Amino acid sequence: MKHTAFHDIHARLGAKMVEFAGFHMPIQYTGIIGEHKRVRNTVGVFDVSHMGEFEVRGKGAFDFVQKMTTNDVGKLTEGAVQYSTMCYDHGGIVDDLLVYHCGEYFMLVVNASNLDKDFAWLKEHLDGDTELVDVSDRTSLLAVQGPKSIDTMRKLTDLDLDSLEFYHFLRGEVAGIDCLISRTGYTGELGYEIYFDADPALGETMWNAVFEAGAEFDIEPVGLGARDTLRLEVGFCLYGNDIDETTNPLEARLGWITKLKKGDFVGRDAIAKAKEAGITRRLMGLTVEDRAIPRHGYDIVSGGTVVGMVTSGTMSPLLEKGIAMGYVPVELAEPGTEVEIMVRHKPVPATVTKVPFVQKQ
Amino acid sequence: MNFPENLKYTESHEWVKVDGDVVTIGITDYAQEELGDVVFVDIPEARAVDAEEAFGSIEAVKTVSDLIAPVAGTITEINPALEGSPEIVNSDPYGEGWMVKMTIENADALSDLLDAEKYKSLIGK
Repeated sequence: MKHTAFHDIHARLGAKMVEFAGFHMPIQYTGIIGEHKRVRNTVGVFDVSHMGEFEVRGKGAFDFVQKMTTNDVGKLTEGAVQYSTMCYDHGGIVDDLLVYHCGEYFMLVVNASNLDKDFAWLKEHLDGDTELVDVSDRTSLLAVQGPKSIDTMRKLTDLDLDSLEFYHFLRGEVAGIDCLISRTGYTGELGYEIYFDADPALGETMWNAVFEAGAEFDIEPVGLGARDTLRLEVGFCLYGNDIDETTNPLEARLGWITKLKKGDFVGRDAIAKAKEAGITRRLMGLTVEDRAIPRHGYDIVSGGTVVGMVTSGTMSPLLEKGIAMGYVPVELAEPGTEVEIMVRHKPVPATVTKVPFVQKQ
Repeated sequence: MNFPENLKYTESHEWVKVDGDVVTIGITDYAQEELGDVVFVDIPEARAVDAEEAFGSIEAVKTVSDLIAPVAGTITEINPALEGSPEIVNSDPYGEGWMVKMTIENADALSDLLDAEKYKSLIGK
């Protein structure tokens, strides 16, 4: 099993560790609910160094990224970040990812669970003018998330974080370490993601500096458990649950990052055809008022018939009720529609809702 | 992690406290730690149960687990505090966080349960 540069720190803190995408990762430190609320209320820190980072370099880099991703890279300026997907020729999703425009090259940030698959997929489409480098193993990634993240990070850098817009990044020193810092995250909160060399000594320096800076806000480490409940409360997709090779971006409500008019890209024809034929199902939010928690794989039922499946579900620590996402036929996708979720062989009333479940700025 | 010597244990991570023909049942310290934050305990009714029958479920944020009757008997009481404060299962699994009380049919069946030493070795502690 692989270790991130923060592994010794997690062990020292007594984190509960699990295997995730080949890494030994912290699922929780003190408890999912407490860690979740820490991020919503002040600030929390996530080691997400398991994520994959690829650099795309060379003369053909722009054309290559434009061909391989669904969002319009032509709209992306240097210093900005774009959420996007990669699709197969049949329109199913290879992965969702972030595209960083770093001037002379692009950085793609992909899901750890898809790293090898993504690299192979990209490599297969490379041409002579483009170079693809997997820099995942030499990259540490720390996410500092929550309303007090800016007050925490401001203490550690001369970079102008107050002017740094959402989905933009800066380069420079944070805690004396060369970094790329972007205003991005997977929690729906104000937050930053900090990329730097995967050296355990640097990791220790960065970690300690961030925790010292955030001490006045009761900063806490946050594991993958709360990372999942945080993203679900704001309706963000998780690859492998809510999206995969059998779902196209339009039915997954990712039409806003699927630019059919930008020119050709891998999967475009199939997605355009699916759009023309009409989307038959849609990824929607579901809320449960009863004391029951919808979970991945549970059937969604309407009129006694199974009409879909819960793709992600949990207890919302903020709303203190069951929330889920799942695909429902378009005729049932109208917010307010009543359906049922089979929770451990028992039908439980559920209401189709828009996401996010929790409104954030 | 704590495994009181005066309790008996099951392979499905319940503890059993014997008091004459009445037993109190809960989940072990190990079980609550593995589950993480408990958000509710669902025990539908006080009724007769068979040994190894699921009499309820325990929902944590990440996962859900059945509650298994260690021996045959009749549930006489369900811990009323669980309804409003399920987190007591995490904070005090052997005390405030008990699940049910049962009258048992056959006290001999209790001898099949594990003692603290055997339970500890089962979970590798």
